[in-house]
Amino acid sequence: MEMILYIASGALLAAGSFLVLVGTIGMLRLPDFFTRLHAAGITDTLGAELLLIGMMLQAGFSLITVKLILISLFIFFTSPTATHAVANAARTMGLKPALVPDEDIETTSVRRGSAK
Amino acid sequence: MFIGATAALLVAMALTLIRAFAGPTLFDRVLAANSFGTKTVLLIGVLGFLTDRPEFLDIALLYALVNFIGTIAVLKFFRYRNLGLSNTEAADREEID
Repeated sequence: MEMILYIASGALLAAGSFLVLVGTIGMLRLPDFFTRLHAAGITDTLGAELLLIGMMLQAGFSLITVKLILISLFIFFTSPTATHAVANAARTMGLKPALVPDEDIETTSVRRGSAK
Repeated sequence: MFIGATAALLVAMALTLIRAFAGPTLFDRVLAANSFGTKTVLLIGVLGFLTDRPEFLDIALLYALVNFIGTIAVLKFFRYRNLGLSNTEAADREEID
């Protein structure tokens, strides 16, 4: 049983490390800001959660696992929120996707205040 | 195997720093800083297990909280050039510019 847990947590840690690296390389290589958001998403969601679950299997039933669950829940909810906030700020300040032709971008203002 | 995860995280953090310094826009830098913070949380956790001191997870939990608030604060500051605006003041300022 211990052996199975050890192998499973090793596999999860390896997969998590791999996904973190893939997301980081994507963030370095992709052409513009809005595409880099996708790469950052890989790191923040699946990569982080797999690493934390791998650590949970090592820790067993203890206070450490409770802390790990708290961390993973927190990252699970705040990462998409932070990513959305960055994307929203970029869009509001007029940053345009580099790969989309100009005629395909909506020209209406996205500012909240201008609706009045 | 924790050594492998630590090495992968350190490499990933170095690459993230390159993106944070290279930019080119403010938002790339904020995104890289946020991603760097997430990786720091994971690194603290993995290092705690590597050195058999999982008490480090308290620090990781705190860092996760600070990282999120920091990202939102930086974005708010660059949008309004002020951190202490109320909702109505912020709406007024958006009308002006």
